[in-house]
Amino acid sequence: MKRMLSWAAIAVGVVYFFLPLVGMLEFSLKMRRGEYSLDAYRSVMGDPQFQATFGYSVLMACLTIVFGVLVVVPTVFWVRLKLPRLRPFMEFITLLPLVIPPIVIVFGYIRLFNTSSWLPLTGSALGTDFLLMCGYAVLALPYMYRAVDTGLAAIDLGTLTEAAQSLGAGWITILARVILPNVLVAVLSGAFLTFAIVIGEYVFAALLDRPAFGPYLVWAGGNKAYEPAALAVITFALTWACMALIQLATKFSKHTRMPR
Amino acid sequence: MRTSRLWRALPWNGLGVLPFALFALLFLLLPTANIVAGAFVDGSGDFTLVNIANLFTPEIMNAFWLSIRLSFTSALIGCALGFAIALAVVLGGLPAWVRGVVMTFSGVTSNFAGVPLAFAYVATLGRVGFVTLLLRDWFGVNIYALGFNMISFWGLVAAYVFFQIPLMVLIITPAIDGLKREWREAAEVLGATGGQYWRMVALPVLGPSLLGTLALLFANAFGAVATAIALTGSLLSIAPILLFNQIRGDVLQDPHLGYALAFAMIVITGISNGVYVVMRTRAERWIK
Repeated sequence: MKRMLSWAAIAVGVVYFFLPLVGMLEFSLKMRRGEYSLDAYRSVMGDPQFQATFGYSVLMACLTIVFGVLVVVPTVFWVRLKLPRLRPFMEFITLLPLVIPPIVIVFGYIRLFNTSSWLPLTGSALGTDFLLMCGYAVLALPYMYRAVDTGLAAIDLGTLTEAAQSLGAGWITILARVILPNVLVAVLSGAFLTFAIVIGEYVFAALLDRPAFGPYLVWAGGNKAYEPAALAVITFALTWACMALIQLATKFSKHTRMPR
Repeated sequence: MRTSRLWRALPWNGLGVLPFALFALLFLLLPTANIVAGAFVDGSGDFTLVNIANLFTPEIMNAFWLSIRLSFTSALIGCALGFAIALAVVLGGLPAWVRGVVMTFSGVTSNFAGVPLAFAYVATLGRVGFVTLLLRDWFGVNIYALGFNMISFWGLVAAYVFFQIPLMVLIITPAIDGLKREWREAAEVLGATGGQYWRMVALPVLGPSLLGTLALLFANAFGAVATAIALTGSLLSIAPILLFNQIRGDVLQDPHLGYALAFAMIVITGISNGVYVVMRTRAERWIK
């Protein structure tokens, strides 16, 4: 009886989640009349707009990851090592991007960094790109911070740092060659999550008016019939790949870490 | 070399967090503070509550009310279905692999929101969507003739529930794991039935987690813009879409009313996240 109910709950979930996925897959294959074909994918891949916006978003995601790691890892390291009293405060700050709706944050950017302000980032394309990257880093901050914080909690920071220092290492060396390799798995899972967030993001890119993949998706949704389904399949596959890579990284680390 | 006492008393350790502090200040705190401040001043920069008062027009109130109902309904359905799935996975006596599959799948689908989700829905329930045609050709049911519309309240709820369920599963599963076997055994020894155990032990313990997650799902739906825009083409007047149109083209014809709108959104998501945090601390009293 209990098992029956359990299977029923799972079945409802499966139906609810697989219908849209099957639906989008089936729809994306229907471009040619009367038979299934990959025409929609061919059309998407051949679209120079797709190539440009997708490339832009991939580049953005990579820059955001590098920037996020550079900001978060040294900070978490330093707070854990020297300023543990700041931790609740850090928890609070890094939770804020989940509390404040992204659309409000980007609204603030437009007001704070407009062309007549003290820091006119939105005045040039490069400045806006930088602003967009920072915005994405803010969006990813809750995930990146938690991933790195959990990773650093598992290693003995004080001992490692002292050992490195007594061998003559400076802070940069300690961070790059001792700390980072130890939390690489945590950083990687934060990175893949960041990638999944950034790649299809719409609100920031649209309101800052940058040629990213998200706005292209919305444009395609309004102007094409079968291509949007193909684009959704591609994005879903990418999200899936990111999550699979996180699992893989975690599994890999379990094999390499010494038992205590 | 002697360093002066003052020199050493300076908070040099604080320098290590300076880059982060600068980043958070410039790209998170100041922009938000700027909007909040803008909600409380008029065109010439003087303090005023007029912008907040101006929010109480039928247009804006309706947008907020629609947003609140939409977020609450999708959160409630997401909570119920997600809870059922999590219960089934943890306590349902299913094979162990089911749990791994469900958790991984939840991780993926909770991140599969925004524009692509809207496309998946159009491909499924749109006019020539997969399920629409399936129902028409196999069962002779034309849902559009029956009055179904994707760009409606329930159309959006159905789409939002898609990312609410997996989030619920991810958050509530650890809480259900925290129910100790001893509690159930103790209840049974004292002669409790299964129903009594759930009503008087398990649900009170899980209560804060359930309520907290409901608040989190509500906030999650309230701030979501992309799915609704891709689905409705910014036609449906919910609060975030109204704000989006305001930022794009000042549709309210009053920039400061826009800031007040944004401020009201922060207040609502802030309250529901506050409920989540309070409830989580309560829940952790039991789950140690």
